[in-house]
Amino acid sequence: MEPAELLAAYEQMTVIRRTEKAAHDLFLQGLVKGTTHLAAGHEAIAVGASAALRPDDYVFATYRGHHHALARGATPQECLAELMSRATGLCGAKGGSMHLTKASTGMLGSYAIVGSHLPMAAGAAWSARLRGTDQIAVAFFGDGATNIGAFHEALNLAAVWKLPVLFVCENNLYMEYTPIADVTAVPRPAADRAPAYGIPGEVVDGNDVLAVEEAVARLAARARAGDGPALLEALTYRHFGHSRSDPATYRPAEEVERWLKHDPLDLARGRLVETGVPEAVIGEADDRATSLVQKAVEAAKAAPAPDPDEAFTDVWADGGAAWRT
Amino acid sequence: MADVISYREAVAEGIAREMRRDPSVVCLGEDIGAAGGVFKTTVGLLEEFGPERVWDTPISEQAIVGAAMGAAMTGMRPVAEIMFSDFLACCWDYLANEIPKVRYMTGGQVTVPLVVRTANGGGLGFGAQHSQATENWALTVPGLKIAAPATPADVTGMMAAAIRSDDPVVLFEHKALLASKGAPAPPDHVVELGRAAVVREGADVTLVALASMVPLALKAADLLSGEGIEAEVVDLRCLVPLDMSTVLASLGRTSRLVTVEENPYQGGWGATVVSVVADEGFGLLDAPVRRVAGECVPLPFADALEERVIPTVDKVVTAVRKLAAY
Ligand SMILES: Cc1ncc(C[n+]2csc(CCOP(=O)(O)OP(=O)(O)O)c2C)c(N)n1
Repeated sequence: MEPAELLAAYEQMTVIRRTEKAAHDLFLQGLVKGTTHLAAGHEAIAVGASAALRPDDYVFATYRGHHHALARGATPQECLAELMSRATGLCGAKGGSMHLTKASTGMLGSYAIVGSHLPMAAGAAWSARLRGTDQIAVAFFGDGATNIGAFHEALNLAAVWKLPVLFVCENNLYMEYTPIADVTAVPRPAADRAPAYGIPGEVVDGNDVLAVEEAVARLAARARAGDGPALLEALTYRHFGHSRSDPATYRPAEEVERWLKHDPLDLARGRLVETGVPEAVIGEADDRATSLVQKAVEAAKAAPAPDPDEAFTDVWADGGAAWRT
Repeated sequence: MADVISYREAVAEGIAREMRRDPSVVCLGEDIGAAGGVFKTTVGLLEEFGPERVWDTPISEQAIVGAAMGAAMTGMRPVAEIMFSDFLACCWDYLANEIPKVRYMTGGQVTVPLVVRTANGGGLGFGAQHSQATENWALTVPGLKIAAPATPADVTGMMAAAIRSDDPVVLFEHKALLASKGAPAPPDHVVELGRAAVVREGADVTLVALASMVPLALKAADLLSGEGIEAEVVDLRCLVPLDMSTVLASLGRTSRLVTVEENPYQGGWGATVVSVVADEGFGLLDAPVRRVAGECVPLPFADALEERVIPTVDKVVTAVRKLAAY
């Protein structure tokens, strides 16, 4: 990445971090109902990968998908309004935190059933090939998803058909509350499985936006060239618990401390300084991010609730919901 | 064109017609290529359309339906085969949680125009894990359309409608009907989803049936006719959209209702039909309603046992006789 690109990536990560913080605060104020699965700590994966993808590539994410939606072009205002059940939300407030989707930018959804979207990404890649485009599809998922049947079915299918799809595991060491290592037969839950499907499996520092960008760019080029799928395991850590009801007390203090010191934002900032970007310029990026998110919070707060009749739209392609004629 | 075609040939014919007119129509499933499908319902497709559009998959029901979904979201119109409808349980996540909800929970951003076709129902002695009538599983899920044709012409015409539909459709092909024959569909035949058909007229009782229960109801109606009871037979053809206006109109003529369902009584689609009638057509009735349905047991193997638990012509005739005398 050029310094300007790295600065843009840093700013984007900062926007994501601030948006996550806002989501957390709004939750505590009772303005976000249900639950949220914050991705604070995972920013470098979404931003690094997005930097390596084309705008017309497809992305499929999980319930922990705020960072992917934002990295793929959803605005903080659309996302926060969705979380706050406002009519101006990204999905008209029918999706909520776990289903952020912005199809117009290739962000084809966030899926709350663990592992379910991996076959979909394979299908989107198949479709791209059938239509003769050189788009690729990327599925981001957690380490917990690697023990789900759909993971294995999707990998095999994609490998057999050499589909242009990347499977990117965000290994944050935990499923909900259980360490992935306690329930998995191999140490690297994703990468170690790749050889079984005859595809490359790589491990990358998921907190290093440059490393993620490099790995995704390389594997994406390979997929685009017709050489088939790959599995990338990005090591990372979530700053919060699994969901908002989880104080994450099961994590050893020294582990938390070690990972918080390895913060993706700090890493990127350090790199910027190393490459000679002045502190003042980085500070301006911080300020822009802060004010963007502040404005987003205010705008989302001011937005109206959806019209209750909207509950009866969008079931069918004709817009309605009639189940009988 | 031949003057008769089998139900199974009508399946392949229906798919082929759509693949010819629309290059975005593609097929995937286990053994659907060179083998022509275990029920021979995809014979000829690989030869005509090639291996990129007729995709032989591994035994991976989740991947089949999940990949079909991803393809449908990005510009294709996939037709996925799940070999036996019982195996829908293996990819139930996609049918219950993913496909029917995406359009809704994205606020209309993403549409999933796909067809999942599957061989449904009993009558062939395949035992409990290959014989279920599972259309009710799908009926519990808002967001899926459900088609279940009874004749070769309907198979082709409803396949066209299902594939052209911008909404996801589960199309149940009935195993016991595969060898049955009938008039082929005329060119460009499309049977709009959600249009029931009155397949026999009669003034005394309305029999509402679906798929393999339609010929069974017709047989019962013939027998009853000999006794002076004229049954009107309504082939629902679809469970979603459900054509209640045809049912209510028929009841307006007959004032008596019997539903004929292969699936178990509890939770069966007949209960929904009957509840709408109770709600909106109570005044049309001159007698209680009756549901002839499967028993609440897994489908047994032996003919004698299977006959005991799924609807038969006799069971329908008996139910109607009692009702006619009410
Ligand atoms: C099929 C399924 N089983 C269980 C759950 C409940 N659940 C939600 S998140 C989660 C943990 C997933 O962990 P991981 O895949 O590592 O992702 P992370 O939350 O760490 O991003 C579980 C068990 C679910 N949503 N779907």
